[in-house]
Amino acid sequence: MTTTAPTLAGAEPRRGRADPFGAVRDSLAIAGRGLIALRRVPKLLIFSTIQPVMFLLLFRYVFGGVVSTSLIGVPYVDFLLPGVFVQTSVFGAIGAAIGLATDLQTGLLERFRSLPMAGSAVLAGRTVADLARNVFVVALMVVIGFAVGFRVHTGPLPFLGGMLLVLLFAYSMSWVFATVGLLVGDPETAQAAAFPVMAPLVFASSVFVPVSSMPGWLQGFAEHQPVSVTASAVRALSLGGPTASYVWQSLAWAAGIIAVFAPLAVWRYRRV
Amino acid sequence: MTVTPIDPFASSPWRRSTPGDQAVLVEDLTKRFDSVMALDGIDFAVPPGSVFGLLGPNGAGKTTVIRILTTILRPDGGHAEVLGIDVARDPAAVRHVIGLAGQYAAVDPNLTGQENLRLIGRLAQMAGRDLRARSAELLDRFDLAGAADRPVRTYSGGMRRRLDVAAALVTRPPVLFLDEPTTGLDLQSRGELWQMIRELVAEGTTVLLTTQYLEEADRLAQRIAVVDHGRVIANDTPAALKAHLGSTVIELGMGEEARAARALELLAASLPARPEREAATLRLVSQDGARVLIGVLRSLDDHDLTPATLAVREPSLDDVFLSLTGRRAEDAAGDGHQPQEGAQ
Repeated sequence: MTTTAPTLAGAEPRRGRADPFGAVRDSLAIAGRGLIALRRVPKLLIFSTIQPVMFLLLFRYVFGGVVSTSLIGVPYVDFLLPGVFVQTSVFGAIGAAIGLATDLQTGLLERFRSLPMAGSAVLAGRTVADLARNVFVVALMVVIGFAVGFRVHTGPLPFLGGMLLVLLFAYSMSWVFATVGLLVGDPETAQAAAFPVMAPLVFASSVFVPVSSMPGWLQGFAEHQPVSVTASAVRALSLGGPTASYVWQSLAWAAGIIAVFAPLAVWRYRRV
Repeated sequence: MTVTPIDPFASSPWRRSTPGDQAVLVEDLTKRFDSVMALDGIDFAVPPGSVFGLLGPNGAGKTTVIRILTTILRPDGGHAEVLGIDVARDPAAVRHVIGLAGQYAAVDPNLTGQENLRLIGRLAQMAGRDLRARSAELLDRFDLAGAADRPVRTYSGGMRRRLDVAAALVTRPPVLFLDEPTTGLDLQSRGELWQMIRELVAEGTTVLLTTQYLEEADRLAQRIAVVDHGRVIANDTPAALKAHLGSTVIELGMGEEARAARALELLAASLPARPEREAATLRLVSQDGARVLIGVLRSLDDHDLTPATLAVREPSLDDVFLSLTGRRAEDAAGDGHQPQEGAQ
C-alpha cells in the first residue's frame, strides 16, 4: 500500500483558518463528542439536574412561606420559578469549567492543538454541547415547576421567549466558565474557582427574593447584574408587566459577556 | 506499505529547504519559563524514515522540544522545522504532517475506541469512507478490534496507550512524535509498542521519541541525543554511546568508606579506567564485564577486601549521565508541562 500526502495541491486552504465551514464542522464534531458522553454517562445528567430540582423544592416549600404575596403581588411559586430557571442555567454552566479543565489535564487539549483544526472549535463545540444539555435541564425544570404549582400568567409565546432568553444567558455563562476552566487547569480547582464567580451572581440577585428586601448598598448591584436582569425579564415574560427594558438589558448582557469571554477563552486555549 | 518522503507544502512561503533534507531540523532552539531556561540552545536533525531518541531525565527539556515541534508551544529563539516547514511561521501547515502521542493517553474515556479515532479523523477533515477504513485498520493493527465499541474508560492502561498511538496515526502522518510512549506500561505492553514503532518506521514514518530509558532508546533509535538542562550533551548512535560508556556496570559495596578507598587505589592500579567511588560503593564500567569482574574479585579477595555486596547490570540513563557529565541524572523543574496525573 502506498501512502501519499493527503492531497498535494491545495491541502492548506482546505483546512485553513479562513474556512468558516471548517470551523463549524469541527465545532459540531466536538459537540457530538460532548453529547455522546452525556448519553453514555447518564449520571452526569442526573447529578446536574438533582441540584436545581432540590433548590426549586427547598425554596418553594421552605422559604415560600415567609415571602409574603403582598410584597411581590403574585404567589411565591410564580415569582420563584423564572428565577430558578436562570439559576439552574448558571449552575449548569460550571460544567464547561470542569470539562475543559479535565481535557487540559488529560492532555486531550494538547492533542487537539496539534491537529489541523479550527482553534475556536474545541470551545465552541463544548459550549454548544452544554447548550443542548441545558435545553433538557430547563425543560425538566418547567415540568417540575408546573407540578409544584407554577402558572404562566401571560401566554405560551412570551413564556417560550423567556425560556430562549434563559438558554442564551446560559450559553454566555458557558464562555465565562470555559475561561475559568482553562485558567485553573484541573477539575477540582475549576469547581472551587467557579463558586465565587457564581455565588454572588445567583444569590445577590432577584432570583429568590425581591431586590427591594435587600439592604440599600446591595440593591444597586443586585438590581442590575446579569442574573437579576435576566430573571426579571423571564418573570415579566411569564407573569406580565413591562418587559422590553429587562429583555433588552438581558440580551445586552449576554451579548457583552460572549463578546468579552469568547475571545478571552480562545486566547487562553491557544496558550495552555 | 511504503511512504515516500512527503512534501505537500512545496509552495509554503516559509519553506526553505529542499525535499530530501532532514525530516526534523532543530537549530539553537531556546525556551524560557519565567526564570528557568527550559531549552538553552538545542540542536539536532532527524533523517527521514528513522527513529531519533531524545534521552534525558524529567525536566531536561524533552517535552518542551516535542511541544514546540508539534506547534503547541512557541519557541523564544532559534529555528525548528518539520519536513522543511518552519513551526513558528507556519504552524497550520506543520499540523498536516505530524502525529502526536503525549505522555498521557490523550483519549476521551467516554467515547469508544472507534469513536475516538473517528473524532480525530473528522477534526483533521478526513473523508468519511477513508476514515472508517483507516480507523478499522488501526484498531485491528493495535489489537483493539475486539474493544472497538467499548467506552475507553473500560480499557486497561496498555490498551489506552495503544489507542493513543493509534489516534496519532489516523491521518497517516509522515512524522510521528512520541513523548515517553512507554512510561507506566508493563513489560509486555512496552515490548508490543516497540514492535509497532519498528513496523511504522519500516513503512517509512519518521519517529522522534523521548524517553528516560537508555534501553528503550537503544532498542529503537538509530540516533540518540542526550539532553540535560535544556542542552544536547551527546548526539550519537546507540552503539557509539555505549562504546564510550561500556556495556556492563559493576557495583561493589565495600561496607565502609575506608575499605572502599583502599579498594579504589588497588583497582585503579590494575584497571584501564579508574572506578568511581560514592561513599562505600565502587562503580566500574567495562566492555568486557565477565573478565573484569573475575579479575577484580580475585584481586580484592587477595587483599582481604572482599565486597559486601555485588551488582552487575546494563548501563542506565544514570550511568550515561555520570559518564558524560560526571554527575548523576537529576530531575529538574521547568519542563513546561503541567503535572498530569491519573490519565492512566
